[in-house]
Amino acid sequence: MVTNVTNLGRSGLYDWIVQRFSAVILAAYSLCILASFVMNPDMNFEQWSSIFENNAMRFFSIITLLALCAHAWIGMWTISTDYMTSLQLGSSATFFRIMFQAGCVLLIAVYLLWGIQIFWGN
Amino acid sequence: MCRFEAIRVDGSANLIGQRDGQTVNDNRPKNLDITTFKYPLPAITSLLHRLSGAFIFVGVALMLYLLELSLESETGFALVQELLDNVIVKFAAWAVLSGLLYHLIAGIKHLIMDLGYGETLQGGFIGACITLALSAVAIITAGVWIW
Ligand code: HEM
Ligand code: HEM
Repeated sequence: MVTNVTNLGRSGLYDWIVQRFSAVILAAYSLCILASFVMNPDMNFEQWSSIFENNAMRFFSIITLLALCAHAWIGMWTISTDYMTSLQLGSSATFFRIMFQAGCVLLIAVYLLWGIQIFWGN
Repeated sequence: MCRFEAIRVDGSANLIGQRDGQTVNDNRPKNLDITTFKYPLPAITSLLHRLSGAFIFVGVALMLYLLELSLESETGFALVQELLDNVIVKFAAWAVLSGLLYHLIAGIKHLIMDLGYGETLQGGFIGACITLALSAVAIITAGVWIW
């Protein structure tokens, strides 16, 4: 069993809601990008970069980036607390799980900073 | 004597909640032998949703890299097109896109069921079938489009 709680909202219900809200944002963004591919089959650089230079799109991108960070953290947290418990890993479970979660946080932080730089930097 | 039994796929019964003949106080049913689990279609689509979620979490790195390069300059954009000519990059991009498409479609189904639709044994089966069928079409279309 996992006894030390490291989840985002410190409550399962809150996490559940954040997971769903962020999923809707991620779905909307994914579908918009896919639609832009389908509608402009042979995009050149100008067309492609003008999509992301639009301020509304910048806002949408940053919101999606934040949604991704929350969504991925809750999702990976769920996975780690399902499979990395004392049942599978014995007494060192907490250590391995915290290490795994630390790795996830690191990657999420990289995505966040990198993404902000991409969407806001140029 | 414990009354909880797990029935194996082959029909034989397996006593659980009891270890080596000794009675255990905690006699909640517990079957941890994954080889005797049954995997109905909704269980498979659910597992794939989890696997695809973990996979695209790592795949975001590739997507961000290609996005950054393509937005950097005209040369970067051309470089992305050149990179995508490479079979390995093509395949990796298709794999991440496939993971995303599956996770997206299964995720929408998940959200629809969260709203209360299809929360029956039969509904779950139909939902799983639709998810697999739509994903197969989307993934093959994406493959055709990339190649
Ligand atoms: C592109 C970035 C995304 C990443 C990295 C990601 C990652 C994950 C991960 C790791 C999980 C945990 C899986 C589990 O607990 O079984 C998850 C769950 C979930 N994802 Fe995503 N996901 C992404 C996009 C989406 C999109 C576009 C949707 C659209 C509807 C979505 C819907 C969901 C839902 C509903 C769950 C909850 C599943 C549950 O509670 O069992 N996700 N995601
Ligand atoms: C990926 C897409 C979808 C999947 C996998 C899906 C799956 C399902 C399932 C499994 C059921 C239950 C069937 C049953 O009880 O026998 C259902 C019912 C239903 N779905 Fe969907 N659905 C999808 C999209 C949609 C969309 C886009 C709409 C509407 C705009 C919709 C509206 C409904 C309605 C109205 C019902 C009937 C609910 C009821 O009888 O109480 N579905 N869906």
